[in-house]
Amino acid sequence: MKDRIADIWGARTPHARDTPWPVRVDTHFDSSVSEGDVDRWVQSACVLCSNGCGCDIAVKDGRMVGIRGRAADTVNHGRLGPKGLYGSWQWSRTDRLTRPLVRDGNGALVESDWDTAMDRIVERSRQLLATDAGALSHGFYTSGQLFLEEYYTLGVIGKAGLGTPHMDGNTRLCTATAAAALKENFGSDGQPGSYSDIEATDAVFLFGHNMAETQTVLWMRVLDRIHGPNPPRIVAVDPRTTKVAEAARATGGVHLAPLPGTNQALMNALIREVVHNGWVDERYIEAHTLGFDELKATVEPYTPEHSAGICRVPADDIRRAARIFGTSERVLSTVLQGFFQSHQATAASCAVNNLHLLRGMLGRPGCGILQMNGQPTAQNTRECGADGDLPGFRNWDNVEHVRQLAKLWNVDPMTVPHWAPPTHAMQIWRYCEQGSIGLLWISGTNPAVSLPELPRIRRILQQESLFTVVQDGFLTETARYADVVLPAALWGEKQGTFTNVNRTVHLSDKAVEPPGEARSDLDIWLDYARRMDFRDKDGAPLITWSGPEEVFEAWKECTRGRLVDYTGLTYDRLRGGSGIPWPVNEQAPEGTDRLYADAEFPTHPDVCETYGHDLLTGGALSEQEYRAKNPDGRAFFKAAPYVSPPESPGEEYPFVLTTGRTAYHFHTRTKTGRSRQLQRAAPGVWVELSVGDAARLGVREGDLVRLESPRGAMQGPARIGRGRDGVVFTPFHYGYWDRPGTDGAAPGGSPSAANELTITEWDPVSKQPLFKIGTVKVVRMADATGPSPAPTTTASAPADPDGVPATVGGPGAEEREHPDACEPPRPPRQPEAPPQPPGSGGTTSTTGTKG
Amino acid sequence: MHLATYIGLQHAASKTLADSFRQVAEGHVGEPDVHSLCHTLARASDGHVDRLSPVAERYGEQREDEPERLHAEGLSGIRSGGVGLLRDLQDLYLLASFVDITWTVLGQAAQGTRDGELLDVVETCKTDTQRQLKWLNTRIKQAAPQALIATAT
Repeated sequence: MKDRIADIWGARTPHARDTPWPVRVDTHFDSSVSEGDVDRWVQSACVLCSNGCGCDIAVKDGRMVGIRGRAADTVNHGRLGPKGLYGSWQWSRTDRLTRPLVRDGNGALVESDWDTAMDRIVERSRQLLATDAGALSHGFYTSGQLFLEEYYTLGVIGKAGLGTPHMDGNTRLCTATAAAALKENFGSDGQPGSYSDIEATDAVFLFGHNMAETQTVLWMRVLDRIHGPNPPRIVAVDPRTTKVAEAARATGGVHLAPLPGTNQALMNALIREVVHNGWVDERYIEAHTLGFDELKATVEPYTPEHSAGICRVPADDIRRAARIFGTSERVLSTVLQGFFQSHQATAASCAVNNLHLLRGMLGRPGCGILQMNGQPTAQNTRECGADGDLPGFRNWDNVEHVRQLAKLWNVDPMTVPHWAPPTHAMQIWRYCEQGSIGLLWISGTNPAVSLPELPRIRRILQQESLFTVVQDGFLTETARYADVVLPAALWGEKQGTFTNVNRTVHLSDKAVEPPGEARSDLDIWLDYARRMDFRDKDGAPLITWSGPEEVFEAWKECTRGRLVDYTGLTYDRLRGGSGIPWPVNEQAPEGTDRLYADAEFPTHPDVCETYGHDLLTGGALSEQEYRAKNPDGRAFFKAAPYVSPPESPGEEYPFVLTTGRTAYHFHTRTKTGRSRQLQRAAPGVWVELSVGDAARLGVREGDLVRLESPRGAMQGPARIGRGRDGVVFTPFHYGYWDRPGTDGAAPGGSPSAANELTITEWDPVSKQPLFKIGTVKVVRMADATGPSPAPTTTASAPADPDGVPATVGGPGAEEREHPDACEPPRPPRQPEAPPQPPGSGGTTSTTGTKG
Repeated sequence: MHLATYIGLQHAASKTLADSFRQVAEGHVGEPDVHSLCHTLARASDGHVDRLSPVAERYGEQREDEPERLHAEGLSGIRSGGVGLLRDLQDLYLLASFVDITWTVLGQAAQGTRDGELLDVVETCKTDTQRQLKWLNTRIKQAAPQALIATAT
């Protein structure tokens, strides 16, 4: 028996390079239940991070009572992380929403019924559609945690039913830069690499990616290589001393801790070093890329010394990191929020892609790129058109792509908004603020805690001009501001599919009935479509399906011939074994482990998802400009100089604030905060200061400190941690729904949400908000009453462990691990690619290169 | 020589464009992307003023002789609201277009007079100006429908 709160990553199963990752089956039950009591096991995959671990849900007497990793799944080989073990079902019988809520005559939210609630929405909807603004009055803000079938249905309602461009998800906060960077370099979204690259690699570069906490099971996979023979070297780019940074030191790699906001200066120096030392594959560059000369010229001023001065890291560390990248036989890179949510996000993430193109390190085992996602189903928000993209990775600026969608949905192409890119989330909120959006439908997300500059968001949510629908499983902070609250069924209570970081599609079957009158998000939107009576151009109902499997079949048609090809999948194929990575079609019936094995990229003008952007401003290239480059199947190097961030530390606000997550919580804790073990492991907010900064400020472990930014303030007990000087960290999980002394929506006397401080500012290309660069001052408020509640097992470990109790799970946290339960599963074999002429108008080769 | 007049003209227009970008940046702080990118793009025009200075000195800048109708006017004031933003961005677009075509004019003359230094200035600066135009065009396209259709009058 293990305590996986105390031991986050569990027992090691070390192995050598190019050998399969051994199986280890992790199981955890409710303490009142043992394995023999289980009535049945229901197949699913975990939704508490973006990794997508295959799992089975234990059901007894119509309740979810346990979870077990699926040994046969290529994603996790049986393992689960602490959030999956202790937080996947434990919320299910707590304070759920069970009936729709509406405002009564006094403005109070009161229980109601579905007809009343839906009629109020439809009435408002029709009223707004009758104004001059028409569909431009409607905005949809969804999630990265619903199912594919739900996003696609929402996408069709919004784009073909209403015709509004104002649709996005909180995926804008987590994964927009991954998509943007892939589109800029390779012509389309679509993860090039695979988790299986970990088994084969010689060096892992983690750019702004605290994998040990954000994807704990993926980190187990890396750890099992580190602890085996011929381990890979680790290079960590992170301002904090994370477990990844510790591994970098232990493996002879490098930990680079640049000042937040300076990633692009660092990346330009790494590229310059690789180029100057000749660690490039000239044949690959010549045959398969465009833009090398511009890249070379752009990075030329960034000598290691020059960038070292900007980033405040040792120049020799930059040289060493570049040497590891340039001379390792195989390199795997991963990128996450340290880049995605920081200044010049897209440029810096493209720079990672540039590095791989320089060495031709793509499409071969061990040579992958993983532009990570932050949420379990974020990939589907991107694929299905529920965010700022068109379904099937189609290009909004390509008339033929829009015509394909219009034909599929049998509507006039003019109905589908395509005069500009679909409106990004931050702009949707701005239109709400200005009053031109009058109905905002929020599903599966909690912007009153998760968006930047919360005082402003709360103000917008309270505006008279805005009618807000919130669809959720719980009465979140955001729901408390809504005009109508719809109770949603959650994971395990509904059926659907979703896709993880490395394109692996999983089916999640329904294990139990939702509580009370709660309905799946799919059923809610189908009901809205019925009540609104959306029609196609022949007068037939626009939405013809009634359940998830029918939506999935319809979605497959939307993907036919595109890179994101689902046509070879069915619900039945997804049952029993492993999840399957797309593209899955006639040429690749087993799915596709990694893209671009043949170095043919989906950049043909008729195929690509974007014509590209200027990375400095986000200015869009026209079709003519793009065609003139004649990219046909070649990837682009994308270059940008470093520019200083919009807010830099100064006299009044001398520290840079960076926000992030801990291993024990997900987002705003709507699920993990209702798990006894997880909540006890990380019970409250803290403020992390470096040893040097704390000494200068006279702050000791546990002292109450207040952070103030130009926008707001929050406070928490100080953790004297192991970060770099000049940088303050605080986790973003802690809102107000469970905070005594508040109304459950807004801060009372002691604000705890990190986003009270953050800046309303976004990357010019991906439009991802910059959560990691605002400035703050630190004010000491009161003496400690004990050590801060920050976990000791993670990046938030104290610099001086004396007097700080270790984080443990205690009773009820017992977990069983069964190593080597069976032979490990194998990833899909790389199919032999039949040659296809470039630019064959949207058809997909087996490696997905032309789609 | 009229070339000197044109160099002076561009020198002044670049300064006006930089100031106008800054004016729009500060006038639309509620649009964070406009605020921050207009400052970035203003700095590009500042750079043009600096790059042109030695050339202007060499030719003897003749501002006083500028034909009045060729003089680029800056923004008279900032407008508010969605439509106001659109109009201000359009003003910037007109001004940047004027600067853009003036680079073309200067480039042609630089070739005629075999002035390598001026040609170099024109080629690098014109790229920045086109970046300014590209961003303005992108942002105007995004803003137009909401401003013209959905904004209450």
